[in-house]
Amino acid sequence: MNEEIQQAITALEERFSVEAEEFRGEINLTVAGEELVAVCQMLRDDFDFKFMEIMTAVDYWPEQEPRFHVIYKLYSIEKKLRIGLRVPVAGIEPKLPTVVDLFANANWREREIWDMFGIRFEGHPDLRRILMPHDWQGHPLRKDYPLGYEEVQFSFNAEEVDQDKPYAKE
Amino acid sequence: MGIEQKAGDLGAVTMRLEQAVNWARTYAMWPMLFGLACCAIEMMAGQAAKHDMSRFGMELMRATPRQSDLMIISGRVTRKMAPVLRLLYDQMPEPKWVISMGDCASCGGVFNNYAIVQGVDEIMPVDVYVAGCPPRPEALVHGILTLHEKVRGETIKTWA
Amino acid sequence: MLDQSEFAFNELRHLVSERAIKGETMLLNMGPQHPSTHGVLRLLLELDGEIVVNCFPDIGFLHTGIEKNMEAKTYEKAAVMTDRLDYLNNLGNNLVYCMAIEKLAELDVPVRAQAIRVILTELQRIASHLVWLGTHTLDLAAISVFWYTFRERELILDINEMVSGQRMMTTYFRPGGLWRDVPVEFEAAVRAFIQRFPKQIEEYEDLLNENPIFLQRTKDIGILDPEVAVKYGVTGPPLRASGIAQDLRKSEPYMGYEQYDFDIPTHTDSDTYARYLVRIEEMRQSLRIVEQALDKLPYGPVRSNNRKFVPPPRSELGTSMEAVIHHFKLWTEGFDMPKGSVYAATESPRGVLGVYLESDGGPKPYRVHWRTPSFDNLQVLPVLAKGHLVADLVALIGTTDFVLGDIDR
Repeated sequence: MNEEIQQAITALEERFSVEAEEFRGEINLTVAGEELVAVCQMLRDDFDFKFMEIMTAVDYWPEQEPRFHVIYKLYSIEKKLRIGLRVPVAGIEPKLPTVVDLFANANWREREIWDMFGIRFEGHPDLRRILMPHDWQGHPLRKDYPLGYEEVQFSFNAEEVDQDKPYAKE
Repeated sequence: MGIEQKAGDLGAVTMRLEQAVNWARTYAMWPMLFGLACCAIEMMAGQAAKHDMSRFGMELMRATPRQSDLMIISGRVTRKMAPVLRLLYDQMPEPKWVISMGDCASCGGVFNNYAIVQGVDEIMPVDVYVAGCPPRPEALVHGILTLHEKVRGETIKTWA
Repeated sequence: MLDQSEFAFNELRHLVSERAIKGETMLLNMGPQHPSTHGVLRLLLELDGEIVVNCFPDIGFLHTGIEKNMEAKTYEKAAVMTDRLDYLNNLGNNLVYCMAIEKLAELDVPVRAQAIRVILTELQRIASHLVWLGTHTLDLAAISVFWYTFRERELILDINEMVSGQRMMTTYFRPGGLWRDVPVEFEAAVRAFIQRFPKQIEEYEDLLNENPIFLQRTKDIGILDPEVAVKYGVTGPPLRASGIAQDLRKSEPYMGYEQYDFDIPTHTDSDTYARYLVRIEEMRQSLRIVEQALDKLPYGPVRSNNRKFVPPPRSELGTSMEAVIHHFKLWTEGFDMPKGSVYAATESPRGVLGVYLESDGGPKPYRVHWRTPSFDNLQVLPVLAKGHLVADLVALIGTTDFVLGDIDR
């Protein structure tokens, strides 16, 4: 493990309760939701991880507690190092504090996570749907949301499927 | 032969009305500049120098639907975009034709899921389907020529 | 749903300024169908006369649900969908997906496959920049450049077709290497391109570099401060034109980029003209890399030998029972990946393109997330556009070089 990252991890482990693990050359810290903003602030100000590269969520349905893990990856341009954070979020009324004040590109990324997973971000200035139409019901990337595919027409069921398909006449 | 020989000196030509109107329509059909996704890049390549679509009358692409005849739907149509597409189709004046270019516009293509309209003929009537992912510019040109043949076969009854 | 104008005003009431509600400034919709938005992007502009006070991008008109659809397919079948994300950088998307799979499964890639991957990815970068140049200058009314750049792009698409049969959506890179070896005409075709291309770049520069109209439309337009760029997560040529020399090919080399000698072009005035210069220079450097990789092209296999992930060649099926078993497993169920999550990133023509892949041990990906550069690059557009005219907005849209397939996925 790179020693600068090691320094960062030891500093973080003193102040917060984080668990570090290394997999395929990447460092990931598991951080609790309440400490997220403070951890990000410390990484950004003291250790130069100013660039938020990725922010996404994973759904582990049908486990309810925690159901989602929100993944962050922070990158440091000067030191060329990357560190990952994993925040478990509960399944019933999922919410997390926002990091929009620290990393400005979190604005749209948090909107996307709200749209796709239903995780609310407290303190976000403008939380509304971004990729789906504004009046869409449901959160598509959850595991209990169906893929919504249409039955493929083969020769044996071509007419049946055709009858249900809405064709525009004019 | 007779009437053309006599009227030829006066510079008059006789044709059926359908032939004349259809000839005029096919040779100056202006597509609407409407590229959605990857097929749009092949449509642009079709307009560019190597495969030149202006030889077939599609000299310019009009951005406004009010001044265009042909809508080439190139790319995947999502559920969010579908009402916009229908609005644009309604804004085009008659006569208008639609070419559905590519697999995603014809039948949903590779994407069979919640977000993509499975075939743009769910929203509007299509005249020619061009298959491919994306179709080569030559395939698009073939589709356009097929449309020209279809237009030349139109009769007064179809106009009315 | 057709009364989107009413909805837009109500929904965005908290974002527009007081002057809009009073009626002093005008709200204009630069809708999903527009010749200069390079795709289906909707921009709501708040205009004070001709000057943009604020601009709100509305995306999602091309949201294809690729991430969810990839979860329903096996790894090798899902690779087909990766071409269609950033549709100007097809091989680059393939590459980053294969890199993620190879990182998680610890699969080796033979050196010949790595070199050919580098050659084709750099040619794809040149092709993407050519489309950018053609459409950007088309928007600024320098239409001739469009014809010339697409003519060069046809040469690159011919090389793609020679190698894989398809002009754009090739899916030529597979986990473990390439689909099949390149044909014998490949080297001659690439060398012919290397011979021809430098003169063409000079032709574009002759047309544009000292053109007073082009300069007036691009100099001092859209100045992006380096701190603002880092804060917004901007990557790629916009970041490099603001002075920060950040390129993943140099800082985290992959696929053997450390053996090739190339520079990272940067510039200090972070305006539209600087971004144009950076991209033109990038095309030259890509050509350098292609030449070096082609000179050093090693012999050898083009796909890994690990039969747990790579199907055996058909000739082996007649003689070896294990080959038949592997073939059966790979083509019916797909290969099983170890449990865990990785993140692989490359430098696409637009910026940092990354894949976060999480697997639960099965044959289908559990979660694939694409970190696309255009998503963050577009977020900085409202910041760049404040105080500029609407015509400058068109130049800014071109210079940020986003692709809607990248943003909406």
